[in-house]
Order: sequence, then C-alpha cells, then structure tokens
Amino acid sequence: MSYPTDFKYTKEHEWIKGDGKVATIGITHYAQDSLGDIVFVELPKTGTQITKGKTFGSVESVKAVSDLYAPASGVVTDVNAELANSPEKVNKDPHGSWMIKINLQDPNELNSLLSAADYEKFINEETAH
Amino acid sequence: MPAVEATTPTLRKTALHSTHRQMGAKMVDFNGWEMPVEYPSAGGIIAEHMAVRTAVGIFDVSHMGDIRLAGPDALAAVQHISMNDASRLAVNQAQYSALLYPQGTFVDDVIIHRLAEHDYLLVINAGTREKDFDWVQENTRQFDCGVENLSDDFTQIAIQGRKAARLLQKLTDADLSGLRFYWVTYGTLCGLRNILIARTGYTGEDGFEIYIPSDELVSARVWQEILEAGAEFGVVPCGLGSRNTLRLEARLPLYGHEISDTINVWEAGLDRFCRMDKPEFIGQSALALAQASGTKRTLAGLEMIERGIARDGYKVLDGVGRELGYVTSGSYAPFFKKNIALAYVAPEFSALGNILWVEIRGRGVQARVVTTPFYKRPRTV
Repeated sequence: MSYPTDFKYTKEHEWIKGDGKVATIGITHYAQDSLGDIVFVELPKTGTQITKGKTFGSVESVKAVSDLYAPASGVVTDVNAELANSPEKVNKDPHGSWMIKINLQDPNELNSLLSAADYEKFINEETAH
Repeated sequence: MPAVEATTPTLRKTALHSTHRQMGAKMVDFNGWEMPVEYPSAGGIIAEHMAVRTAVGIFDVSHMGDIRLAGPDALAAVQHISMNDASRLAVNQAQYSALLYPQGTFVDDVIIHRLAEHDYLLVINAGTREKDFDWVQENTRQFDCGVENLSDDFTQIAIQGRKAARLLQKLTDADLSGLRFYWVTYGTLCGLRNILIARTGYTGEDGFEIYIPSDELVSARVWQEILEAGAEFGVVPCGLGSRNTLRLEARLPLYGHEISDTINVWEAGLDRFCRMDKPEFIGQSALALAQASGTKRTLAGLEMIERGIARDGYKVLDGVGRELGYVTSGSYAPFFKKNIALAYVAPEFSALGNILWVEIRGRGVQARVVTTPFYKRPRTV
C-alpha cells in the first residue's frame, strides 16, 4: 500500500489532505490494518471545533476502540455519512474513505506533520521492534 | 490511534508459533502467551467467525493447560475439587465443571474428561495454569491419587463448525459419527497413533479438540494436513479474536470476565453444572449460604439499541445515571451484526426487555436485556 504524497500524516496514524483553507481527514492503511475489521466510526457533528492533538472521535474494530486525534485545528464542515452504515469501507480504501472535512484555523499547522516518506519510515521503525 | 503494542520476547509460545508467523497471523500477548489474534489471510476476525458458524475453522489452543489425576482415589479427589458430579461420568465421557475456592468463587472453569476407570484429565485455562496445578495438588494430598501437569505435553487443536466432523473424519480411523458431544475417543490421526479426540469446543458449534504430541514438526504437519483436508469445506485458520466473539455469542464464560475469584457460581448463572446434591466439594457450604441469602447480582445479556459498543469494564447505568453494574464482555457480534454484551447487574434490573444504559466514553448509550445465549446452534437430526 502506498501513502499518497499529497497527504500529511500524524504519528497517531491519521492522514490529512489540505486544499487551501479546507482539509480532509482520515486514518492510514497502517491504522486500519492494525485495527482489523472496523465496525463502528464515531465522528463529530458539522460545526464542531476540533483542536490539533486532541481527540475528535473514535474508531472501533471487533477487538478494540481507538481514539482519533486531530492533525490540525478547525471547524468541521462535512462528515462522511456513508461510514455510519459501512464502516468497513475504511478497511477497503483507507486513503479514499475520508472521515471529516474541516475549515483550517491555520493552514501552516500542516507543515509540522509527517510527509509520506517520513511516515513510512516511522511505521517501518514501529513494526520492526 | 495510539501506537500498536509490540510483543515482547519473554512471552511463551506454542509448538505452532512459527507456523502462525509463517501464515502471517497477527500475534498478541494473551495471558503471557504470544498467540494469533487473527489471520489476515483468512479475512480477519469477522470472516473467521462466519467460517466457524457456517462451515469450519481451526484454532491452536495449546496454551490451555492439562492436569491428569490418576490412582485408586482419583474420583474422590476430582469430586472434592470440582463442582459438577464426576461420579456420573462414564469412561470416555466429559463434563463442564469448575474448581472453586471455599467461598464458592472460581479458581477456574474446566472440562473434566474421564479417560479410564481411575484416570481423569482436567483441561484448564492458559492464564491460570500454575495457579490451578498448585491448587489441585494442594487440595488432593489426602487422596491416593497422582497429580500430573501435562500442560506442555500436548498441542491442542480445536476443529469447530458444522463441517468439522466431515473434515476430521478424512484424517482419522476413529468413527466420529458415533461420538456424541462431550465424549472422547481415540484413533490414528494423520498417521499418529492413539490420539485423544474429544467432541468439545468453545464456539457454540459442533466440533472437536484433538491432543497431539507437542513436537514442533509434528504439530506443524498436522495443522497443515487439517487445512488441506478442509479446503473442500472452506476451512480457515482462526485466532483468539474470533474465538472470543464466538464464545461470547454462545455465552460461554471467560475466566477474568464472567467468572473470577470474586464471582460465585450463582451470580455466573452456572447452576446446572454445580451439583449441590453430591456429598461434598470445596465451596459447597459457602454456596449453600449464598443460595439462602439470595443473589445480589446476576449476569445479563445486553443488546445495544443505540449506536455504540459496550466493552469489558464499562459501567451499566439506569436512566438517571446511577451505576447498576458493569460489562464483563462486550463486542460487535459478527453473526447478528449487532453489538452485544454480558454484564453483572442487580437481579431486579435483569428482566428480559428491561432498558439499561452503558456508559461509553462518558455518555449513556441505550441497551436492552435480551435472552442468552445470544446464539444457539440449530440442532441437526
């Protein structure tokens, strides 16, 4: 699985794709693979303010629940409603199955996140030990 | 997403460990054992679960322990340390039972197999192996009966599902059609002579557990031969993840969850495996007192009405947020495509249809008390 180079990544395995003031957020292939079968995704409502580094929702597999951490701060403008009934789409297409869109408070926040190459290096180290 | 836990080198391994690794299983720490939690190659937990419900799946359960009690007083010893009535067992018959503390709470739950006139095999849980063996040894000293820890002698493989008998029959000369549930037999299996084959399991399905020598090469060969023989039936290798969801749907207790050293037999609802009418066993008098004073909590089955998954340890609340009990096991149930749980609550809240709330990340999520087991396999004629 390749990691899109126009995304930025967190060490908590979220991806974010910025486009001017707007950004789209999801979880990585590595995240969905570690979780296994995803059966529930809990996301904030449109209009919610999310804060970089803080939880904005959760994703549950059969085995476990994991928090979702905001890669950047902003206000939620759109939620992928499809995931309510088909959470398994995150397993099938993690980089296409976005979770939320936000209006970025500060687009420069994305600069501090990992590039695709850095993220791949990070997960390789994580898998190795 | 927090970082994924790495497994440590100090974990114990079964003889099939490298086989699991080679097959790409995801390994986790289970009670100090590095065990497969799921096989991505089999499609993961949900696919494994459904394979067992609709066809057949196989599990490495070699981490389970085995204690043999043999000698002239073996029956008396078994009767003293277990709550079911072992005197009712014919040779080659097995029963579900439990070892109890004097307070009537659980040392462990066990399957007791009567292998011969004065020879019994207790199959125990992985996490309680040492504790159980010490307990059995300590409490059977007064009997003329040897106690042997055979835990490391066997590779135990569970073959589970409605097609398990057809699969296994291809590999053994033992007549499986004549073997009833909770009975054992012996046969040549994959070329190995005199193999113990028990018609038992932990999935709510028909199935078998076989006990082969814990030699790595032999174990790997048998595992492979079962998978090959089962290909025509759609067999898949399964991990502990699906083992847990399968046993939860069938309401089979898990030590440390539904049963523990602080939970008694009545609370766990295991009355029918506890024979108060037999002469004597450890825990009997405390259980008689507990029975007279009434149960203060009971194990209830829950089905989530609102969206959310109840997980182990979550609080159970009433409509105004008062704490009524806690969840012992909770998960998405792959067969029902619903979220289910088992929870200890006061008996007055356990009536079927009663509405309760499970506290999920600070919020009360509605659930309904439902009948258990959630899953009962259709009986075939």
